[in-house]
Amino acid sequence: MDGDFAQAAWHEIGSVDDIPRLGARIVRLHGEDIAVFRTASDGVFALHDSCPHKQGQLSQGIVHGESVTCPLHNWVIGLADGRAKEPDEGCTRTIPVRLEGRRVLLGLER
Amino acid sequence: MNMISPTRKRLVLVGNGMAGIRTVEEILARAPGEFDITVFGAEPHGNYNRIMLSPVLAGEKSFEEIVTHDRGWYAANSIELVAGEAVAAIDRDARVAQGEHGTMRPYDVLLLATGSNPVILPVPGALLPGVIGFRDIGDVETMLDAARQGGRAVVIGGGLLGLEAANGLRRKGMSVTVLHLMPTLMERQLDPVSARLLADDLRARGIEVLTEANTKAIHGDDRVRALELADGREIAADLVVMAVGIRPNIALAKDAGLACGRGVRVDDAMLTSDPHIYAVGECVEHRGQVFGLVAPLWDMAKICADRITATADSVYEPGVTGTRLKVTGIDMFSAGDFLGDEGTEEVVFRDAARGVHKRLVLRGEKLIGAVLYGEARDGGWYFDLIRNGTDVAEMRDLLVFGPALAGVAESGVEALPDTAEICGCNGVSKGKILAAIAEHGLTTLDAVRARTKASASCGSCTCNVEALLALALGAGYDSVPKIKPMCKCTTHGHDAVRAAIREQGLRTIPAVMRALGWSSPDGCASCRPALNFYLICAWPAIYRDHARSRFVNERMHANIQKDGTYSVVPRMWGGVTTAAELRAIADVVDRYDIPTVKVTGGQRIDLLGVKREQLPDVWRDLNAAGMVSGHAYGKALRTVKTCVGSEWCRFGTQDSTGMGIALERMTWGSWTPHKVKLAVSGCPRNCAEATIKDFGVVAVDSGWELHVAGNGGIKVRVTDLLCKVATSDDVLEYCGAFMQLYREGAHYLERTAHWVERVGIDYVKQRIVADADGRAALHERFLESQRHMQADPWAERVAGVEAHEFRSLAVVE
Ligand code: SRM
Ligand SMILES: Cc1cc2nc3c(=O)[nH]c(=O)nc-3n(C[C@H](O)[C@H](O)[C@H](O)COP(=O)(O)OP(=O)(O)OC[C@H]3O[C@@H](n4cnc5c(N)ncnc54)[C@H](O)[C@@H]3O)c2cc1C
Ligand code: SF4
Ligand code: FES
Repeated sequence: MDGDFAQAAWHEIGSVDDIPRLGARIVRLHGEDIAVFRTASDGVFALHDSCPHKQGQLSQGIVHGESVTCPLHNWVIGLADGRAKEPDEGCTRTIPVRLEGRRVLLGLER
Repeated sequence: MNMISPTRKRLVLVGNGMAGIRTVEEILARAPGEFDITVFGAEPHGNYNRIMLSPVLAGEKSFEEIVTHDRGWYAANSIELVAGEAVAAIDRDARVAQGEHGTMRPYDVLLLATGSNPVILPVPGALLPGVIGFRDIGDVETMLDAARQGGRAVVIGGGLLGLEAANGLRRKGMSVTVLHLMPTLMERQLDPVSARLLADDLRARGIEVLTEANTKAIHGDDRVRALELADGREIAADLVVMAVGIRPNIALAKDAGLACGRGVRVDDAMLTSDPHIYAVGECVEHRGQVFGLVAPLWDMAKICADRITATADSVYEPGVTGTRLKVTGIDMFSAGDFLGDEGTEEVVFRDAARGVHKRLVLRGEKLIGAVLYGEARDGGWYFDLIRNGTDVAEMRDLLVFGPALAGVAESGVEALPDTAEICGCNGVSKGKILAAIAEHGLTTLDAVRARTKASASCGSCTCNVEALLALALGAGYDSVPKIKPMCKCTTHGHDAVRAAIREQGLRTIPAVMRALGWSSPDGCASCRPALNFYLICAWPAIYRDHARSRFVNERMHANIQKDGTYSVVPRMWGGVTTAAELRAIADVVDRYDIPTVKVTGGQRIDLLGVKREQLPDVWRDLNAAGMVSGHAYGKALRTVKTCVGSEWCRFGTQDSTGMGIALERMTWGSWTPHKVKLAVSGCPRNCAEATIKDFGVVAVDSGWELHVAGNGGIKVRVTDLLCKVATSDDVLEYCGAFMQLYREGAHYLERTAHWVERVGIDYVKQRIVADADGRAALHERFLESQRHMQADPWAERVAGVEAHEFRSLAVVE
């Protein structure tokens, strides 16, 4: 993944322990909300905090496997690709994210 | 006249029922767009599956589930539906159908499908309120209303309809007596031996069966009170259902001067005596015969459509029909001539211990009739032998043991030829089902139903359709899960999971998933909240709530709004507030610039538009004025509505406000399968609307009436009366016991209304009213649980619990 984002600057946003397992925290990025998720096996993913359906806050959803169920109308969004699971259609933008030890780094474009 | 669409012919259907709409479907399939179609229906809705009224009455299906054609279907097919207006007259010269409210529609072809009417016995009192037939959804609603009051029902008629009515009313908690004129039940479908087995089975379900009972009169002043038999016996009755037969509904046809006998006379093309008017369904008489089951109607629909669209010169020929009783747990089948005469022989099989009786009637080498009771699985096979006139000489000795032993290699549906009819209701053959499975790659029962209509009506052939799926798909089809799994992550149903939690002492969500073999690593948004609740309920003292398995509102203790802000609803005990509370609310609104303040439908105040990060501060200020969370966001105790009651109201009989506050103090903070709402009214005027609440209390002079399982939401349901109690301590105890019974027994997301419909009010009464020790134990378990639950979640969060929920992790500028 790193290669793809050679242009990105990695910005530390906190420790993985600050995010509840099967949960998310919000990072405010230039006035926009980014949801940073942590799965049961400590996978960390970041998505724009906005459901492709009607902009529900995905950070407030229920996390399971590598998906989150939106709190507003139960669409299921893949954490890795931001894509809505069938039969729904739509996509939320993903943000590169990386773990260095316990530190969580977000990839921000320069 | 032809101004609208000069090329299309105008078809008017009179009777929006099963036969008429099926004919329209057949016409649309043959000649789409050829007709401008208008449908008149006396009933005020789209078409539904009348057969399934019995399961609706028994609480096994909802009305929505049996609707086969909703208004959208008519719109999608450009059919005009004139619902709730019967056709009052047909002007055959002008060719115009005229509705009772004045709607006039000219026709080129008229189709009569007016069905039949229940026969009402000509005895004194037959027209009293509370005496009804069993024909349409209106009748079912009347029966369900009566059943909610409890009391006694008498069903006159021990045939298919009467017994299905009796079973439904019994399951809805009424005490039921069936009166039958003949010596044995269902004499037109059952031989005396199986009829006696049936009577025993019904009695075991608590239904009283009286045979050779001749009704002489029905008594009552403004509604039915009792029924008198010819031998002088009197039977108390709050409801009388007449199910003594049906009579073709021919009034309209007769008035129009069409040839009629018992029914509207039709020829083999389903044409009446007027060349522009066809008729199908139970209203017709064909070769002197009238009809009462759907199977022949489907054939009529095909012939009639062939003729109306002039696509084939087919003719209608009546065939044998088979009957099954739709009483869950009673397995019977009957077809053809099952009594026989001097020229026939019979083979009888009897296993008294299992309550099985089979009787086959043979004429020469052919099977002509069959009655199966207690084990009717092979009904379809026998039916097929009868219909096809198969020579059974070879397998005669073993015939009664079914296809497995009768020398037919495989048993069950595998053994049937492709022409064999699987679904009698819809006339669908084995070959047709297998072809649909192959052609469209069908893998589920629902998909087969949707494609072929097989098993989509009465459902009694479901096991055969499933067997065909299994045959076609091999191991790819798993027909076993009869129990609805909790969600896609498991094959276990709610009850099995709850039992495993208790019996295996499972104490965390991962432990449950491991023990029961969940297919996904950490479940989904549907099973996790359910498991979290089941664990709280089972282990109130030790289970640690899993916030991440809660829906956002319950995790945030506030309702999320569409713009991502939240609403805050503080508790107002029994709907009573004070100047100090109102002042504190006003201050909070000003301080945090809250955009909307609204009085809710639950007698309290909603602050809407609060931002996530403001929540702890808002709560802190409300806490400071003594206010706690109202749980407006939870599957939990919501509000207790009250009226002013005896303290102020000139009609009040008890202190309903005080009672409501006491109830709310006892029940607040409890988590429940779905939300729970209470109300207390001070007199039967019921200003607190207690009879649409989960637990409603209505004060009367001598004490309190307790009502349960009401719902004012998506589908309004009036409560069932649980009982009457004398003191306010009783009210608290019964309420606590009811809450706990619901918490321990209901499936997650099942409101009390649906739960009680599933388990039956009788069960609730027996656990809470009849069993005093059981009630006390339930109440005590509720209070024990409450000892661990009654902590204000807002105060906890103000003190720092889950603080991360309300703050961003980082801010990058
Ligand atoms: C605020 C309020 C409307 C109002 O402004 O008056 C309200 C608001 C909502 N109701 Fe309600 N209901 C409110 C009284 C009612 C009532 C009236 C009552 O309680 O007397 C009913 C009918 C009574 C009943 O429940 O049987 C009612 C029947 C529903 C239903 C249908 C429930 C059902 O079983 O059919 C839903 C949907 C659900 O729960 O799944 C619902 C759901 C909702 C939700 C939670 C929708 C949602 O998921 O966001 C709304 C939350 C808005 C919010 O954020 O505050 N609300 N809702 C009322 C809050 C009462 C309170 O003080 O707690
Ligand atoms: C409770 C119950 C259980 C049953 N169970 C079974 C079963 O298990 N198996 C089985 O094979 N059959 C069963 N039947 C019988 C089956 O439902 C009927 O055979 C079938 O519904 C008849 O269809 P139909 O179209 O002729 O009449 P209906 O379905 O009765 O339709 C006639 C419609 O015409 C309307 N109508 C009448 N007059 C007018 C008018 N002048 N203008 C406009 N509309 C009018 C009526 O309101 C009605 O909606 C059952 C029936 C009932 C009531
Ligand atoms: S009725 Fe209830 S759920 Fe519907 S919009 Fe109003 S508050 Fe929301
Ligand atoms: S906004 Fe996410 S499902 Fe509707």
